[in-house]
Amino acid sequence: MGIIEAKKLIFEYIRRDEEGNVEGITRAVDEVDLDVKQGDFVAVLGHNGSGKSTLAKHLNAILYPTEGTVWVDGKDTAEEKYLWEIRQTAGMVFQNPDNQIIGQVVEEDVGFGPENMGVPTKEIWERVEESLKAVGMYQYRKHSPNKLSGGQKQRVSIAGVIAMHPKCIILDEPTAMLDPNGRKEVIRAVRALNQAEEITVILITHYMEEIIHADKAIVMDKGHIAMQGSPREIFSQVERLKELRLDVPQVTLLAYELKKSGIALPDGILTYEELVEALPFRQKTDRILNG
Amino acid sequence: MVIPMAIILDHVSHIYEEGTAMEVAALKDVSLTIPDGQFIGLIGHTGSGKSTLVQHLNGLMKPTSGHIYYNGADIHEEGFDKKELRSKVGLVFQYPEHQLFEVDVFSDVCFGPRNMGLDEKEVQLRAYAALKQVGLEDDYFYQSPFDLSGGQKRRAAIAGVLAMKPEVLILDEPTAGLDPKGRDEILDQIAALRDETGITVILVSHSMDDVAKYVDRIVVMNQGGVMYDDEPVNVFRYYKELEAVGLAAPQVTYIMQALKEKGFPVKTDIITIEEAKNEILRALGR
Amino acid sequence: MLRDITLGQYYQTDSVIHRLDPRVKLVATIIFIISLFMVDNVIGYLIAAAFLACMVKISHVPFRFMVKGMKSIVFLLLIAVIFNLFLTPGEPLVTFWKLTVTKEGIRLAAMMAVRLVFLIIGSSLMTLTTTPNNLTDGMEKLMAPLKRLHVPVHEVAMMMSIALRFIPILLEETDKIMKAQIARGADFESGNLIKKVKSLVPLLVPLFISAFRRANDLAMAMEARCYRGGEHRTKMKPLVYHKRDRTAYAVLLAYSMICIYFGRFFKI
Repeated sequence: MGIIEAKKLIFEYIRRDEEGNVEGITRAVDEVDLDVKQGDFVAVLGHNGSGKSTLAKHLNAILYPTEGTVWVDGKDTAEEKYLWEIRQTAGMVFQNPDNQIIGQVVEEDVGFGPENMGVPTKEIWERVEESLKAVGMYQYRKHSPNKLSGGQKQRVSIAGVIAMHPKCIILDEPTAMLDPNGRKEVIRAVRALNQAEEITVILITHYMEEIIHADKAIVMDKGHIAMQGSPREIFSQVERLKELRLDVPQVTLLAYELKKSGIALPDGILTYEELVEALPFRQKTDRILNG
Repeated sequence: MVIPMAIILDHVSHIYEEGTAMEVAALKDVSLTIPDGQFIGLIGHTGSGKSTLVQHLNGLMKPTSGHIYYNGADIHEEGFDKKELRSKVGLVFQYPEHQLFEVDVFSDVCFGPRNMGLDEKEVQLRAYAALKQVGLEDDYFYQSPFDLSGGQKRRAAIAGVLAMKPEVLILDEPTAGLDPKGRDEILDQIAALRDETGITVILVSHSMDDVAKYVDRIVVMNQGGVMYDDEPVNVFRYYKELEAVGLAAPQVTYIMQALKEKGFPVKTDIITIEEAKNEILRALGR
Repeated sequence: MLRDITLGQYYQTDSVIHRLDPRVKLVATIIFIISLFMVDNVIGYLIAAAFLACMVKISHVPFRFMVKGMKSIVFLLLIAVIFNLFLTPGEPLVTFWKLTVTKEGIRLAAMMAVRLVFLIIGSSLMTLTTTPNNLTDGMEKLMAPLKRLHVPVHEVAMMMSIALRFIPILLEETDKIMKAQIARGADFESGNLIKKVKSLVPLLVPLFISAFRRANDLAMAMEARCYRGGEHRTKMKPLVYHKRDRTAYAVLLAYSMICIYFGRFFKI
């Protein structure tokens, strides 16, 4: 069994009008099956309103399934006795950096999770130090969060989760409110955690360039899984992605267009180095050089 | 002689907490001319001064030194009507949906024109026209703005500024937080609006990819100063310098540069995928 | 626009006072205030002044920084002085129109002025040398016995520290919304009172909506990080009394005894 598993997960909520009368039922997540292995980097994509954030909130028991089951490290999230263990095993980072930092000093915020878990004081300090170092924010430990950039705030939030020693981190659009620099910082920190600490990462995003390094990508649409596979497999289906209101990296798009015009290129090109290598220019110059 | 309408910034600086140890220069000696009808991309990373700059254009902030002229008049001269200026230079803030407050979308859009003291009929006509311009359907007009989706809220908020019939429209990161499709829809809508009305548009962004294919001119801000100010193709020539200050040229530029460095006979002053495709096909002799 | 609030803001530097346990500083402030109202002669005030001057000196907070904070209460001070000066019955000294200054009035007004000034300096010394976080920790611990009376001490302290964290964020937000509405032609300045109150609607509605959204997000984030109230919680920075704190308590005891003895019972 994987670290996170979901079987036929359904989540419905009741829409009400202003007087509180039931207007209808919306199915935000529709029969989703999920199996995430320990140490994996899984990206979940989808446009706004595709159900990806609702799905994420099931993975650390903020929401409970209407039907179906979610297991975190083998524990059913619907069982109340596991609640705190689950939240510790699967930590969560949210979209808005300002609305998830509780402490008025960086180090105190990182210590918040361990404090709640009842970790002894001395160990809290050790955990805070190691977590801040892991995201490269140790030199800012005495700063006020209000003075940090968006990317730095999100790294503090990530440190706050790591300090709880989770096996898995779920990041719910952590870069949506950041500028390109901040986005890079955060994704770099997340990848480092995944590779060095072998923490399972579930990254919810709509930026395609952030998923290139994922082991697996899942595309959500209307509450269910519309596509899944390696990033390369996903990116090779340009038309389908466009239908699902998603972007394709420009390189992939260019390769796709060239291919349509009859140039022989492999599917799902992800970086411009790959494209440059693959273009038939290569043979031509080689011939010139050799001949 | 006809004097073209324009906004002129003449050596504008804005220094916070001047004369104290906490002195920060948000704008440093910026001189710019924004002629009527141009579509401008104002690019810079967070803290580069671009948001401070646009707040000077409609008189929300006052420069600590230098002058700003609107159609020849100094906007900080005594007797200058700032309220009128703000209706002529419409500024849409970042996350504009956070400023919606009325019970329904239509009333919210009426807020701007009503503040201008127009008669009620004109107010409603303008609100209706503005909502149509941003592509919101009639069905949404009498809904609470808080029930709309993210993209629709943003449109409603932009309509709230458009209803004042500004001559210059400034949008501060109009696509922040939207998904790719929502982003393209908003940008296409703005481009269409500009083609229709010939209004001056200043698009503030930190993404070259977003603005490259729309604008006539790009102004790059860095550390409170203007770093580059030219046509997009000319600005992207400096892609290495842009990268050094935390910005990037469109990905296509990198592809073409990489091809050229490998010794392939391609042009590099290319912005869109379409152009790149044609250029590569041409170079390949197809 | 709204960032000029300096009264009682933490002043970062290093001193013995800064390092003292917040509980000591809270208790000291309370005792100092009580002592101000206990004494009723010049010697008492001289002792209080000397004590305060010493504390200010060793706190390393520049005196002008404290005076800056005093500006906002000058008005309050003037009212207190004027009332006491003219409205105290007793032996008349001078009479302007219908108002009479009495000997007792001068005495009372002077006393009131001294008390108020000392009180403000004394309590701002506490807030200037203690981070808000530390202060809430101190209050939580000092009031811990009230938990038995079912007073939600931890919750109140948590609320206070969250409020402190979000005040700058909400101020910035207010500034932003205000500017955005001004850009749409809103006018927050002119008109009569009713018009002014009405003009606040476009500011307050978005501000409240934003505050609630933030509260909602924050609650979710806190729960996701295993927050479940004060039970089972450990502290990253627990409050522990050090030697300096015990010394401070001793100094405080000595001060209050001397001050009350000379200030209350000693007659010249």
